[in-house]
Amino acid sequence: MFGILGKSLSTGIVTTKYPAAPPKVSIRARGRPEIDWTQWKDARPAAAACPTGAISFQDAGGHRTARFDLAQCIFCGLCADADPAIRMTNRVECAARDRASLISAARYKLGDDGAHRQLVPGPAPVATEPARPPAPAVSSPLESIGRQIQQRSRLIFGRSLHIREVDAGSCNGCEIEIAGLNSPVYDIERFGIHFVASPRHADMLLVTGPVTRNMELALRKTYDATPEPRCVVAVGACGCGGGIFGVNYATRGPVDAVIPVDVYVPGCPPNPHALLHGILRAIHREQWGRI
Amino acid sequence: MNLDRVSPDLRPIAEDIARRFGNRIDAWDTPRPNEVYVHASMDLAAGFCAHLHRRWNVRLIAVFADDFRNEGGVFHLYYALAADAAHGFVFLRAPVSPDTPQFTSLANAIPALNWQEREVQDMFGLKLVGHPNPRRCALHDDWPEVYPLRKDFGLHTVLPPFQGERHKFRQVEGEGVFQVPVGPVHAGIIEPGHFLFSVAGEPVLYLQLRMFYVHKGAEKLFEHLPPPHAVRLAESISGDSSFAHATAFCHAIERAANVEAPPRARGIRSVCLELERIYNHVADIGAICTDVAFVTAHMHAMRLKEAVLCACEELTGSRLLRGMACLGGVRFDWDAGQIALLRALTARLRPEFDSLVELIDGSSSTRDRLETTGILQPKVARDLGVVGIAGRASGFDHDLRRDFPHAAYDQVKISVPVYQAGDVKHRLQVRVDEVRESFSIVEQLAARLPAGPVRSEIGELPAGRVALGYVEGWRGEIFHWIRTAPGNRLARCKIKDPSLQNWPALSEAILGNIVPDFPVVNKSFNLSYSGTDR
Ligand code: SF4
Repeated sequence: MFGILGKSLSTGIVTTKYPAAPPKVSIRARGRPEIDWTQWKDARPAAAACPTGAISFQDAGGHRTARFDLAQCIFCGLCADADPAIRMTNRVECAARDRASLISAARYKLGDDGAHRQLVPGPAPVATEPARPPAPAVSSPLESIGRQIQQRSRLIFGRSLHIREVDAGSCNGCEIEIAGLNSPVYDIERFGIHFVASPRHADMLLVTGPVTRNMELALRKTYDATPEPRCVVAVGACGCGGGIFGVNYATRGPVDAVIPVDVYVPGCPPNPHALLHGILRAIHREQWGRI
Repeated sequence: MNLDRVSPDLRPIAEDIARRFGNRIDAWDTPRPNEVYVHASMDLAAGFCAHLHRRWNVRLIAVFADDFRNEGGVFHLYYALAADAAHGFVFLRAPVSPDTPQFTSLANAIPALNWQEREVQDMFGLKLVGHPNPRRCALHDDWPEVYPLRKDFGLHTVLPPFQGERHKFRQVEGEGVFQVPVGPVHAGIIEPGHFLFSVAGEPVLYLQLRMFYVHKGAEKLFEHLPPPHAVRLAESISGDSSFAHATAFCHAIERAANVEAPPRARGIRSVCLELERIYNHVADIGAICTDVAFVTAHMHAMRLKEAVLCACEELTGSRLLRGMACLGGVRFDWDAGQIALLRALTARLRPEFDSLVELIDGSSSTRDRLETTGILQPKVARDLGVVGIAGRASGFDHDLRRDFPHAAYDQVKISVPVYQAGDVKHRLQVRVDEVRESFSIVEQLAARLPAGPVRSEIGELPAGRVALGYVEGWRGEIFHWIRTAPGNRLARCKIKDPSLQNWPALSEAILGNIVPDFPVVNKSFNLSYSGTDR
């Protein structure tokens, strides 16, 4: 008893100050890649090097639309090895509410050799999104507006959030980092956030993917069992964009192919800071302690 | 037949095979000195495996199939055997004609094959003859009649969505017998699977497991990726063993290409494998304590695990060592500063870990919950072919690091902890011993990491080669077997995670224990669902 107490006291406080302080991430850590769009000479080597299809391009009429989808990226850095216009950063706070905002793209005039001649100014059409079966409509528009208002007020004013984690097909890498949120270092409970054992007690589903064919129904049932207002956070490259598995005979791809998603947390797996950022973003508290 | 290429250790076994079964063997193939293939018909399998087991203590590590119809008009069935004492692998390859797509089960004699044979039946449509329970296993009951690993099945085939559970579990009946279904979505932050407990009062009478909820078509996907991309896929077979799986895959490719990773890369590989072992073992030690309500120990363990993950990030750019493995070696070299960091890590963690173990040992209520809980008897463990931590806690003295030195394990001293008790306490104890061993291995390697490059050039893979890659992951032995195809592709990649082998042991270990002890017994095995289901 005294031994236990003594050890705890001598250990002291190990909890990160995040988000009041910036995330503590090694300068060697690989976070999101950054593409120097103006200097990019040729998208082909990077697209060939990318194992997940996060970097892709389409040629038409002497033009090329090159595209980078952060949702699918596993932060492996193979593109940066292949192309000097791409650089790996150690930025891990990548969570977004809007799936489209994770996609960046640019249009180039093509040279005869297939390399880019020049960047075409203006926004590039991000219309290369692969066709996906629409997520089931959950409720009527009126209901959903009411739900949003209710949810927002509750999330802004509510002090406590209960999360149910659902592994819908992950490799368990995401689970390792999610479990880390309960460690004394990240200590998610300091925000009044708890992981709970049943969806019926939960406000938020934290879902990892890719959603397998065999888990699709279980995920839908879990979603239905979660009382409204509820929000869904998709975690990891597989959960956000299908990752390296994509859609195949055994997988349905990203979480939003099966249930509506409110926040996307890219990464493979996302660093615990990135997870905290995504969860706090979902409840509009990512500025917690910074202001 | 020429056995000159066979390694001297393995040669007596090869000669014995030639003497005994010579007239029934169609051909021999020795692509590498410690990897011998015997081509023969299927009726040889039972006698072959039984004889090698009796005479040489050789054990079956995997049964799998390969669709060879495009090349040779038949399916191939492989029986992979490990001769631990002779440091070599023997494969029996038997053809299965597509006209009579069936094979004889050995599961009655070798219970360890139960799931693996059924997986072959499900994925290749080769019908099992004589299996005690030939129901579906890898594909759930509602799947249409498809055979995903046949070459004429497309990776992107669209199947009708899963409509609901139709699996018929065995009924357990009797006065006061209840069924307790759990999963696939579990209460904790863990992977999905279904457990059905049959209980009478508190004690568990029978536990049925149903896995493959996270089957992701990985083996099929390997056949569609160029090898450098496939390394990244291998990292996603089981996230907690990212580096071990990726390295096993790289090892297979390197053996197929006849290229060896340079000494420095092998040293770095071993260090990374040990770091993976340390963080997982420490986390499990903590989690076992939590499951018997000793949360303080868990919190200290999580703190230590975090220190290891941060060091991994500093050494490889990824907390889970992702992106580090590559064909022909490792991707990133370490400078003096990083090696100093590695040594500082073990220097700091050693006393911290000792103090954690002391804390746990000092808690009599924790000891009381762990001792004699979830016993896996050595005899049962042997029958089921249980490997890794669980095997060593139940008397199975093996470790690929010692018996089949890969990476840089031939450069270090390794002692393998083996216990007979087979309870949760001893699965914990194996982990404790192994963490200390890992500290020592990391220190030995960090002190004299050879100079030189960290990567050998692989070039385009020659077609039609077969090769086995192996790594002792933290959970147990990991195998990746490949056959190469033209155009730098793979025709087949068979992955064997130790979890697949060990799940049935959980059903045995829990018998007679009370349901509230299930979490701690399960955690003491800590098997990978994703590694099993792929
Ligand atoms: S997954 Fe991401 S980091 Fe890796 S190559 Fe593709 S874009 Fe680059």
